Amino acid sequence: SFRCFSALSPEMRSTLDKVVKSHKVVLFMKGTKDFPQCGFSNTVVQLLNSLNVPFETLNILENEILRQGLKEYSNWPTFPQLYIDGEFFGGCDITVEAYKNGQLQELLEKALCS
Amino acid sequence: MGVAKEDVESALTSALKPSHLEVIDTSGGCGARFEIEIVSEQFEGKRLLERHRLVNGALAEQMNHIHALSIKKALTPSQWNPQQ
Repeated sequence: SFRCFSALSPEMRSTLDKVVKSHKVVLFMKGTKDFPQCGFSNTVVQLLNSLNVPFETLNILENEILRQGLKEYSNWPTFPQLYIDGEFFGGCDITVEAYKNGQLQELLEKALCS
Repeated sequence: MGVAKEDVESALTSALKPSHLEVIDTSGGCGARFEIEIVSEQFEGKRLLERHRLVNGALAEQMNHIHALSIKKALTPSQWNPQQ
């Protein structure tokens, strides 16, 4: 299959470049960290809370253009999407796996100290 | 309108030639929610993010209709065998 149009304009790409680098940990999610509106988003919020790291969340349910653009920007079809140190880290399953084996904590410590 | 479990299985099978594949419909039959365990040689030398990208890519068409997808395991054959 192929796409007939791109949701990701050059302007949005450069904005997203700035957003993902604006904080060490950025989570694009359904809902907010106080009111997650999806179990997968909630899971990642709880993991980050338990690791006691500061993080920013953006609610993709409030902006359909952002939601579609991010899928292309991250090359990832679903939400939540976790960015650490300006780089896409993964969705819920990857974050859970990395939490279990300690890699998430390690990476976050490295990011927050850099 | 959901996606049949068989559609997910055949898309993954043709793209990734898995030696083990388990697709579980966790939607209660409406076909919009799946859990996947997949073992493929194509995951060799790739980290988890890249493995999940391969799975997502294989299901690009179905993803438009899938509400929730959880990739529980994406292993190489050598990682899978010791677990048996």
